[in-house]
Amino acid sequence: MSTTPPIAMVEQPIATAGLGRGRNRSSRTTKIRGYRAGFWVYAGLGVVILSAVFPYYWSFLIGSGDASTISDPDMSWIPGGNFLANAASVVNDPAVNFWPALWNSIYSSTLIAASVVVTSTLAGWAFAKLRFKGSKGLLVFVVATMAVPTQLGVVPLYILFAELGWTGSVGAIIIPALTSAFGVFWMTQYLQQTVPDELIEAARVDGATMLRTFWTIAVPAARPAAAMLFLFTFVGAWNNFFWPFIVLDRRDPTLPVALSLLQSNYFVDYSVVLAGVLLATVPLLLLFVVAGKQLVSGIMAGAVKG
Amino acid sequence: MTATDVRPEAPEAPPQGKDKPVRVLSFSQNLSRWDLKVSPYLYISPFFIMFAVVGLFPIAYTAVISFMEWDLVRNSGEFIGFDQYIWILQNPQFWTALRNTFSIFLLSSVPQLVFAIFIAAMLDKNIRAKTFWRTSVLLPYVMAPVAVALIFSNMFGDNHGLVNNVLTDLGLTPIPWHKDPFWSHVAIATMVNFRWTGYNALILLAAMQAVPRDYYEAATVDGAGAFRQFWSITLPSLRPTLIFVIITSTIGGLQIFDEPSQFDNTGQGGAAQQWLTITLFLYNIGWREWNFGRAAALAWILFLIILVIGLINLLVTRRLVRDEGGRGVSLSRKKGPRR
Repeated sequence: MSTTPPIAMVEQPIATAGLGRGRNRSSRTTKIRGYRAGFWVYAGLGVVILSAVFPYYWSFLIGSGDASTISDPDMSWIPGGNFLANAASVVNDPAVNFWPALWNSIYSSTLIAASVVVTSTLAGWAFAKLRFKGSKGLLVFVVATMAVPTQLGVVPLYILFAELGWTGSVGAIIIPALTSAFGVFWMTQYLQQTVPDELIEAARVDGATMLRTFWTIAVPAARPAAAMLFLFTFVGAWNNFFWPFIVLDRRDPTLPVALSLLQSNYFVDYSVVLAGVLLATVPLLLLFVVAGKQLVSGIMAGAVKG
Repeated sequence: MTATDVRPEAPEAPPQGKDKPVRVLSFSQNLSRWDLKVSPYLYISPFFIMFAVVGLFPIAYTAVISFMEWDLVRNSGEFIGFDQYIWILQNPQFWTALRNTFSIFLLSSVPQLVFAIFIAAMLDKNIRAKTFWRTSVLLPYVMAPVAVALIFSNMFGDNHGLVNNVLTDLGLTPIPWHKDPFWSHVAIATMVNFRWTGYNALILLAAMQAVPRDYYEAATVDGAGAFRQFWSITLPSLRPTLIFVIITSTIGGLQIFDEPSQFDNTGQGGAAQQWLTITLFLYNIGWREWNFGRAAALAWILFLIILVIGLINLLVTRRLVRDEGGRGVSLSRKKGPRR
């Protein structure tokens, strides 16, 4: 699947959903018959959440058993006590390279997300608020590039990185991801709606340079959108598989690539495989616990509203 | 943040200096003009430079390579015209992969949309702990597709998988998830659905919340029940968002790779190409058989397929959006809230 979140087309100000305005409809809606949530709504949502959590629980269940757990037809729904042992065999397996993979994932995703935020804020600011020749056409071009599939570039990029001797190194997955068309568009939309033109004119009249205007007006205004863009880019980069799978080698993988190696190494012992899967999922799960709310408002903010 | 924050420490270019010579600009004024003109281009340049290097150049080069017999050792190719394209189009595996890709795409997008609409409708009700429910729905989205694939291919195990165990307990016959093409597509589509349903539900929820509540109030007064309101107010208002979700999931779905490549431990799409997808086929040609010319040709064919589907989507979109009175999936700029 695509790594950038497909939430590009914005009709209404991003700020409304993102910053919590426009949510206070509940007081108005309570009066409407048939609109108040009844038992069935909670039951339905409960089922949805159970199915969202179940695979996590399942991987813990299998991951805490031993090789025979999976083939046992009367398998218990209570986790066994082997999770730490299974996790240890993943972490210590020299063929999987768990720690280097974790480190590679952390730093490549952080670098990519930081770079995307900076370059997108700069470009978004220019497209949203600065006047220059060809800005409309260039913005349309940026949006159009979002439709180009990854596959179209992989062969020459691989050849290019092989020529440079970069295949197998994390640089090969960082470099192509440093900018994002989605990010530029996201920032353009956000800044357009959030920053009043008068503010910039005032700054210009006061004699501020362009860079100073950017720094004192755009950057503070962009902060909420930048936080969301960072999160989305981070999650996307962390979970990205196709290109890293092609260009990285087994000794220096990222976590998803390491996971795929896990399967070929331990395909009989699913307890070890699923313990590893859960282990590799923990960092993002933690991020989600901390920032889940922002991710949600980011998705809601970027959606098309009729 | 107020305008006072932007007062400069050193007034470089006082715009209304008293004894400013007419027509002659000071150095700092020139600088300021130059700043005004060049800065926007500087700000957008990182994106365009990167796109030229890692986007535009590879696309063009892929086209060149696709007409070549690529030699990995010499790292150059010999021009052979359309032979690679012909090879791909005459290869039965390509057609199987095409069929599989579309089959998986349909099996994942249709149920996904239906579920997402229902989940969004539930979240749109006046529920307690809104944030909790919304966040929980997104939980699958953070799990890496590879991780999802490993967990689900375990659950869909042919012999001792959870699903088949449950089926056997219910007295049904176990399903050959890995042997039968259709069932393998169902299993892979389930992985996609698991990860994306909640995400799409939130997008649809945002659209639902933009529907003026007065409509529902009026409908209630007119005696319309919950179902009727959903059918006559909610669904029509969702149309542009639905189309948008369909387009994006089509583009993503046609490129599916992670889930099918991890569905078994060989990652080749099954012994009889039961779940070989186009991108998986591309990987097999390019990095198992090391034939870059053919892989490049396949990449271009995939791009053309996406382009055609995208154009069809666009035409359909235009047609459907037109009767919505201008609201739609467009790049509309500087439009205030409609209400």
